[in-house]
Amino acid sequence: MATEVLPQRRGWTLHRPTATTGVWSWITTVDHKRIGILYGVTAFVMFLAGGVEALLLRVQLATPENNFISAETYNQLFTMHGTTMIFLVIMPLSAAFFNYFLPLQIGARDVAFPRLNAFSYWVFLAGGIFMYTSFFLGGAPNGGWFGYAPLNTEGGVLDVVRTHNMDFWVLGLIILGIASTVSAVNLLVTIINMRAPGMTFMRMPVFTWMTFVVQFLLVFALPIITVALFELLFDRLFGTNFFNVLNGGDPVLWQHLFWLFGHPEVYILILPAMGIVSEILPVFSRKPLFGYAVVVFSGIAIGFMGWGVWAHHMFAVGLGPVANSAFALSTMFIAVPTGVKIFNWLATMWGGDLRFKTPMLFAIGFVAMFTIGGLSGVTHAIVPHDTQQTDTYYIVAHFHYVLFGGAIFGLFGGAYFWWPKITGKLLNERIGKANFWLMFLGFNLTFAPFHILGLEGMARRTHTYPEGMGWDFWNMVSTVGAFLIAVSVAVFMWNVMRTRTKGEVAGDDPWDGRSLEWSISSPPPAHNFDEIPEVHEVDDFWHKKYAEDEHGRLAPAVAGGAGYGPSEAHAGGHGDGEHGGHEAIHMPSPSYYPAFTAIGFPLLAWGLIFSPALIVIGAAILLGGLYGWALEPSAE
Amino acid sequence: MSVQAAAHAEHPATNTGMSNVKVGMWGFLASECLLFGALISTYLLYRGRVGQAGGPIPHDVYDIPFTSVSSFVLLMSSLTMVLALAAIQRGDERRLRVWLVATALLGMVFISGQVYEFSTFVEEGLTLKTNVASTAFFVLTGFHGAHVSIGILMLLSLWGISHQGKLPPSRSEAVELVGLYWHFVDIVWIVIFTLVYLVPAPAGAGGG
Repeated sequence: MATEVLPQRRGWTLHRPTATTGVWSWITTVDHKRIGILYGVTAFVMFLAGGVEALLLRVQLATPENNFISAETYNQLFTMHGTTMIFLVIMPLSAAFFNYFLPLQIGARDVAFPRLNAFSYWVFLAGGIFMYTSFFLGGAPNGGWFGYAPLNTEGGVLDVVRTHNMDFWVLGLIILGIASTVSAVNLLVTIINMRAPGMTFMRMPVFTWMTFVVQFLLVFALPIITVALFELLFDRLFGTNFFNVLNGGDPVLWQHLFWLFGHPEVYILILPAMGIVSEILPVFSRKPLFGYAVVVFSGIAIGFMGWGVWAHHMFAVGLGPVANSAFALSTMFIAVPTGVKIFNWLATMWGGDLRFKTPMLFAIGFVAMFTIGGLSGVTHAIVPHDTQQTDTYYIVAHFHYVLFGGAIFGLFGGAYFWWPKITGKLLNERIGKANFWLMFLGFNLTFAPFHILGLEGMARRTHTYPEGMGWDFWNMVSTVGAFLIAVSVAVFMWNVMRTRTKGEVAGDDPWDGRSLEWSISSPPPAHNFDEIPEVHEVDDFWHKKYAEDEHGRLAPAVAGGAGYGPSEAHAGGHGDGEHGGHEAIHMPSPSYYPAFTAIGFPLLAWGLIFSPALIVIGAAILLGGLYGWALEPSAE
Repeated sequence: MSVQAAAHAEHPATNTGMSNVKVGMWGFLASECLLFGALISTYLLYRGRVGQAGGPIPHDVYDIPFTSVSSFVLLMSSLTMVLALAAIQRGDERRLRVWLVATALLGMVFISGQVYEFSTFVEEGLTLKTNVASTAFFVLTGFHGAHVSIGILMLLSLWGISHQGKLPPSRSEAVELVGLYWHFVDIVWIVIFTLVYLVPAPAGAGGG
């Protein structure tokens, strides 16, 4: 065979797709911006699913001795609510922002491996769909979002052991782990290798920095839970003994492996939102971030220390006083870099020219709510205190304050902040403010009562509770609050729909931004930057726009200092990347293979549960996809 | 703060100078370290434990001389892998294919040894399900065997691509990447062989 590597291929490899609009263009896209949008839309749909599950739980708990849903359904719903919100909402919503803005913030034209990037998305989607098919194939996972073995292995709770429900959970998480690992390696390489000239590490925007830390956490944390999941899977499917106590298994091994992943995971969920907030606050305070280097190093410190605190999830296990004390200390200690960040955000606002636009409201909401959640978190570090709180609603209150009041508020702030860059249109301010205040009110009504309920002894994961425990009032308040959150989400969706037709055109730089993404048109052209920018300092774009006069006040930069060359001339409206003079910019071609290959994973997983034939088909698709991918011609 | 003054200053490096794929491979291997780390930790926790199930532990059935030989074979495959890379880097595509096949063959010998070893153990009463020590042993070494097998597939794929004339010296990095993976899998085996086979079982552990 002497065929050259040319567009003409032998029959069995597909040509590279050419569609630029329509469904196929989205399925075959390798553009990091489109993949970011796909992540965002999918995660939002999952957010609605997880939200509906939460509403059903709250209706059930609104009154004592309620029978709105059965105990078994309740188990499935709280398991899927937790799993959905963590793995199918917050992680991919963060990934949406990573994908869209990381290359823009570092001045790159795409991520390091565009096809792998598409692959990550499609595998994530396949994993999510796979997990949700459980509702139609015998019942959804019902063992809680941390799936404790040996409760769900031989000798455990029969309903959980003898059904396939938790198999969906185990296999689904393995698939999602593959998606996240691939994506993490991809983004790591992008940050390490593809920064624009002059974009040194200590000039990167804080969102990029937090993204960087999160990818390290993902690369190192995911294989640990992957191993735990395989051990659990083998126990459940093949009768191995990892968690079989009779045959020598250790009942605590699962908890160690799970939380050794699970605590870094907590920072995987919150650091992206911290990064977003660190972008929003300076822009709407018209001040540089206070203590840039300290904020960055706090993020890194959190990333490191996050590996040494996992056993605070296990204080009630009985690890002994020495282990408990050590982890209590490390847990209190990790509050320090977190507190440092909070004070930096406050100092950023202090004396600033504050503009309370919707993104700013969400960012301030984040700081306030996250502080409350952080403080209740510190109370868990005190072992005797934690022993009282374990498995009560106090814990539920804590992690909703950090994950909803923290991560979700930050991500909504990011959505309002970057919406004009992604779509070219501003979300409506008045509706946005209504969105924020409704969500803020609903959130606190829902979750603040959990503190009281927990301290009064209400156990989490209970299907119902008797009358006369003193829990009736606060449970009803919480349910009302949950519906208020639902209204606020509906308001957000209305805002989005309205903006599509009536939205105000944003222009390139509606907020007077500081980082590189604001220097290009909205939405950005396919190749991002007409000319790769040169970076000279932190907040480089800001310094291109402004200088200081002799009194230290802001003044417009001297002529010629603004913008990054030709892109300024193209301001507004170019989305196609085909304007004159830039045809030479080579962008990666779309490909069928990432989406095709991803189909193999859920087929394999269904096959493991139901039928060996599906395993064969899934493996064939996977292998065929990988080979086709590897041999795919590089150009159209 | 003058932007203009800094405008023409030399920029410090904003990449590693390594290609993206190579940095990516290192990132993937870093992740793999934790995968094997978790599996090895599980094994170390469980070695010598049988619970009420009783039965032999892996140490009762090891054939150390046999496994030493197959370990030696696997380590030698790292040498042939290096020779393959050296061949393509100096433009010798024929030698490249010879050494790729040699590496794959050595890998296959190792895998055959593992299959033989596993079947002997099963005959002697040590199966995947015997007790927790046997479970941990088979799953850890099995995961390693799966990694070696995937490596063999990659080596044979490289051989096929080279055979079609599509692996010119300008694309030698593909060989280098597979080599990184191959060496990693070898190094993991050194750790496994030492910790799992050579370190004696805890005193009083296991049955007959």
